[in-house]
Amino acid sequence: MSGSLRSSAPWRVLDGFGSSLRAASRCVTPRSLEELASVLAQAREERFEVSFRGNGRSYGDASLNQGGLAIDNRGMDRMLAFDPETGVIEAEPGVTIEQLWRTGLPHGYWPHVVPGTMFPTMGGCVAMNIHGKNCFKAGPFGDHISEMDLMIADGTVRTLTREREGELFRATMAGLGLLGAVTRVKLQMKKVESGRLRVRPIRTRTMDEMFDVFVERMPSADYLVGWIDCFAGGAGLGRGLVHQADYLSAADDPQGVGRLQPDEQGLPPSILGVPRSVVWRFMKPFTNDLGMRLVNTAKYHLPETFARSGVFLESHVAFAFLLDYVPDWRNAYGDAGFIQYQLFLPDDAARKGMADALRLCQKHGVVSYLGVFKRHRPDEYLMSHGLDGWSLALDFAVPSDPNRLWKLTRELTALVLDAGGTFYPAKDQVIDAASFAKAFGPRLTRFLEIKSSLDPDGLFSSDLARRLGLVAPAITR
Amino acid sequence: MSLRFQRAIVVGASSGIGAEIARQLAADGASVALVGRRAAELEAVAGTIRTAGKGTAFVAVHDVTQYDTAPPLFEKLVADLGGLDLIVYAAGNLFVPAESEYDFAKDRAMVEVQVIGAMSWLNLAGAHFEAQRAGTIVGISSIAGERGRRTMPGYTTAKAGLTTWLEALRNRLTRYGVNVVTVKPGFVDTAMTQHLVKKPMMIPAPKAAQLILATARAGGSPSAFIPGQWALVALIVRSIPSFLFRKLDL
Repeated sequence: MSGSLRSSAPWRVLDGFGSSLRAASRCVTPRSLEELASVLAQAREERFEVSFRGNGRSYGDASLNQGGLAIDNRGMDRMLAFDPETGVIEAEPGVTIEQLWRTGLPHGYWPHVVPGTMFPTMGGCVAMNIHGKNCFKAGPFGDHISEMDLMIADGTVRTLTREREGELFRATMAGLGLLGAVTRVKLQMKKVESGRLRVRPIRTRTMDEMFDVFVERMPSADYLVGWIDCFAGGAGLGRGLVHQADYLSAADDPQGVGRLQPDEQGLPPSILGVPRSVVWRFMKPFTNDLGMRLVNTAKYHLPETFARSGVFLESHVAFAFLLDYVPDWRNAYGDAGFIQYQLFLPDDAARKGMADALRLCQKHGVVSYLGVFKRHRPDEYLMSHGLDGWSLALDFAVPSDPNRLWKLTRELTALVLDAGGTFYPAKDQVIDAASFAKAFGPRLTRFLEIKSSLDPDGLFSSDLARRLGLVAPAITR
Repeated sequence: MSLRFQRAIVVGASSGIGAEIARQLAADGASVALVGRRAAELEAVAGTIRTAGKGTAFVAVHDVTQYDTAPPLFEKLVADLGGLDLIVYAAGNLFVPAESEYDFAKDRAMVEVQVIGAMSWLNLAGAHFEAQRAGTIVGISSIAGERGRRTMPGYTTAKAGLTTWLEALRNRLTRYGVNVVTVKPGFVDTAMTQHLVKKPMMIPAPKAAQLILATARAGGSPSAFIPGQWALVALIVRSIPSFLFRKLDL
């Protein structure tokens, strides 16, 4: 490192995945543990606030750090070990979900937990304790990690397992990157016998029906995800589709073993004849209230019109990574971008709460273009969003008068808090510190105690951390 | 619609056009950070602003060729101003070689101040303004950058470099709602031009500053001659073939 970071590190403007928030930061990309340690030492000396950034898939400000130092973890993207017998992988923080499945699948291993896109890095997956469409069954990402290394503010590396340093393990998972740099993760992959899943779409005419389908299917299904047409009101409120997907044994799908090769998993290069890379441009004219009302209506009715109403086989990649189908799809929202608001409500309050949330959106005339519904389960991580309940993820275009949207999100937040629900920082950019503290209560207090003991000078921070009161507000910005 | 600049940095504010721009911004009520090498001159400019009693001004002593010191200073100034609406890069220097004189040091000094110094400050402003999706960058180039002239090789090269770099910056930033304004004055009556012999169509510095600020306040991202009549001269100068241009005493 030549010269001071403050004088020589290049600036970059980084945005959240919703492209509605951005920040200018100095950016460095260490390539090794030694380089990372030296960057942290230098940053400490120059009194920087340091954040971590992977592939920028958090929707809001979790990886933003206005005026601070952003450490890009993609310089450390080596696969450290893979045992094709056991499916155990050790990886550096910049390794992506894509690298995981490409490494594991030829040997019959698929990650237990993947989000809707294959681009998040291990560092981000740990910081957020991400979940997938099988959360009700497989739990969150953290449940499949057995060990990780954490470089804390003083540059020392702690090896964390549940047995040794259990509390720090449980605080680092979902710890928002605020306790230090995760430098290595060790995780168990899942054995699969086929490169395909059996997928069954199930139409649900009401919100209640969607809950009922989940409850009925959960004991047997491997994956369950609901899609909701948020424009539908009245008797059709909450109507949508559930997709159930199940792993297949070699006996169920004799050809499936050939589909384990990554080339057999690929997303189609074009959609309806349009190259995938430009599809977002065709979406743009529809990315408004009228267009999305049409798209949602069509999506609800299509399965009865076309043959895909029955059971079909689909590659793991095609089923899991819906968000990657259309590269740069977020551009369709234009420069104002969009936000995601994901409500997490406990089981006993969810049926009423979800329906109320949809009504609230319609009342305010700010309707989500996409509603995604999942079942969750509680987990052991201090700051996790896991709960015995349900979530509904809503994507809102930021309107020309954003105050309409902020008014709605304030009411949604009140609804979540009244119901005893919780928040997921990977998706959030609107919650205030008081609401966050109310949702996390004593867990937040304990997290801040751990943070101040490991990072007494407040080295690790982010725009999200400052917004949610997890660190002191920046003095010079 | 006219832009109102409340918080501004003027780099090269100790004299000439930069000092005038700072005064006029303050007269419009702005808070202005005066950046330059010469503390006494900067304080004098700040003093006239304080006496006028409209906007406010404070001084930051800085040599634009000390590139390492620009980033922390930029951050400090933005913090002290409470944000930033406008940055004017007015630092300039002019050395005219004698006939048959070949002086690397002077050419280098002009490129360092007018091109590399601009890159060091305006990259910082570019990142800041892109993130906030607003802001105005004004770079003071010159009509001299339109051609390589036998009488001032280093200066014309430096201004051509600055003009091109500002054009590139404009092409990067306008999509984010940031204005990048290139102004290309002709002769302006300042200390820098004292020793030049021929100064046709010369205007006083306050007039130049007024025209430059009017251009910036009008919004958009123009590349404009100051005053506008120089556009015609530039058109003619640019169209003179090289074999003739080299015979002219320009």
